[in-house]
Amino acid sequence: MSGYMSGLIAILGINVIFAYGIYVTAAAGQLNLGGAGFQAIGAYACALLSATYGISIFWTLVFSTLVGAAIGFLIAFPILRTRGVYMVLATFAFAEVVVGIILNSELLGGSMGLIVSDYIEWQSILWTTIGVIIFVFYLMSTPLGLAMRAVHDDEAVATIMGVNNRAIQVGAFALGGALAGLSGALYAYYFGFVEVQYFNAFLSIFVLLYVLIGGTQTAWGPLIGATFFTLIPEALRMGEDWRFLIFGVLIVVMMIIRPEGIVTRDALDRIWLKLKPQTNDGAPNG
Amino acid sequence: MLIVQQILNGLMLGSIYVGVAVAFTLTIGILNFLNFTIPVLFMLSGMIGWSLSFYGLPFGLSEPLGWLTSLGIGVFCAVVASLIVERFTYRYFKAKHGDATEHAIPLVSSLGFLLIFEYMVLIAHGSDSRGFHTPFADLNWRFDGLVISIPQFISLFVSLAIVAGLSILLTRTKLGRALRATAENPDAAVLMGIEVNRIVPVVFVLTGLFCGLAGALFAINYSEVSPYMGDQVGTKAIAGMVLGGLGSVWGAIAGGLIVGLTETLSIYFFGATSAQVTVWGLLLVLLLFRPQGLFGHNAIGKGKF
Repeated sequence: MSGYMSGLIAILGINVIFAYGIYVTAAAGQLNLGGAGFQAIGAYACALLSATYGISIFWTLVFSTLVGAAIGFLIAFPILRTRGVYMVLATFAFAEVVVGIILNSELLGGSMGLIVSDYIEWQSILWTTIGVIIFVFYLMSTPLGLAMRAVHDDEAVATIMGVNNRAIQVGAFALGGALAGLSGALYAYYFGFVEVQYFNAFLSIFVLLYVLIGGTQTAWGPLIGATFFTLIPEALRMGEDWRFLIFGVLIVVMMIIRPEGIVTRDALDRIWLKLKPQTNDGAPNG
Repeated sequence: MLIVQQILNGLMLGSIYVGVAVAFTLTIGILNFLNFTIPVLFMLSGMIGWSLSFYGLPFGLSEPLGWLTSLGIGVFCAVVASLIVERFTYRYFKAKHGDATEHAIPLVSSLGFLLIFEYMVLIAHGSDSRGFHTPFADLNWRFDGLVISIPQFISLFVSLAIVAGLSILLTRTKLGRALRATAENPDAAVLMGIEVNRIVPVVFVLTGLFCGLAGALFAINYSEVSPYMGDQVGTKAIAGMVLGGLGSVWGAIAGGLIVGLTETLSIYFFGATSAQVTVWGLLLVLLLFRPQGLFGHNAIGKGKF
């Protein structure tokens, strides 16, 4: 496999895991515009752990994920005090604060960035990604996933039906933080270098767009969204600026054609019906 | 004396944020729509003004007049761009889905327009900052060790005048009453005979106007424009708007000035990179203890996406 292809798969895997990190909160009805902050936490935790303590790659990844989860859990309590636009802005503010703290910290390298001593191959990223995809699909099929959907659709009714709203939302933030942290750690290992300038507001915006354009109704959404928007710019072989211009046009057009995202529950049902044998649709013959 | 100078600088910087923050607060307050194209509208006005004066106007106007015309056309382009955004985000989805504010759709769509405008300018002019000098020689008042730049002073004045004008428009005129009614309840507004479809573009024209003017004032104050100038100012203006409270015009003024002051003083006391932590930390803390902001109403911006 060429270096270009393996690099592409690695970036794709990182983006997909990152998108799932944002998706789990979105699936429970919270828009998180602070993705870059959570990913930065994972990446810097990884860089710090591997450089300072020399722990093995596997345990570094585990710890980075746990750090992401812990921060997601802790920040969920204040952030869940806000709603709607305020929540979007509170998560955004959180990411800006994280980046600001890193920028001002000697330990974390400030604006110089940190070098990561270890390196992982693209295969490990691919397997991790597949694991995360299976995990999220499984999660959404469990009663817990159903409860998340209920909170997303109508909080009041979900509460009446006995769903513990708060626990679901806090859990979603913790899980989201964990996945975003994991993607950050993978990023740090694959590129061997983390710098704070990468984790800017545009990164948060892009990853939220992957999720919203893919569709938040099913676990297919972030996978399709992240894949689509990672591969399309590669397929359009042109200058960096033109890519983003076309990305912008695609977003506007996409919102006009499919405002609920590329993959919706409705669309999946229709595809499913077509794939099933005709006799299974319940209608009597003739 | 140095600290007085810093406070003055902070207020001047804040006055730029005020224009943009008012644009944000207006669209959120009336349409419940977080319009992410506002930073690029700000940038478009400055960049178009610069490119017109750099490549020369077609009429060959003499210096101060040509410079002023370039800035004016820049502001006009920002208004036009804002109307384009209205046509393809808000109006379209309103027509198609009834209540567009129920969805995150206009928000996502406006992010698309953010990319489109930003990268159009990058393709046309590259990513370098451009010097955009005023045609006047020395624009500073000096007395007693203090330096007050006249354009900054004027921009503070213009920002406050704009907001005072907006405040009068909203509270005293028929159009203002229609705007407030739309903000309160769009459906009831329609029943009361307000043509909501004709009111919404007014909001976007005002948005474009405020951003355009703020962009022009930025260009005058700092004698420099760049395709990225909207990013920093836009995010700081969002911070100012949230500080003041969503939907509150006077809150946006207070918030914008507070952010400007916090930024300047934090740079003065703790060094150049500290502003990001103090400004956003302040915002985060405020959101935790007073989620509606300093002057905000409880109801605005809480609706689900």
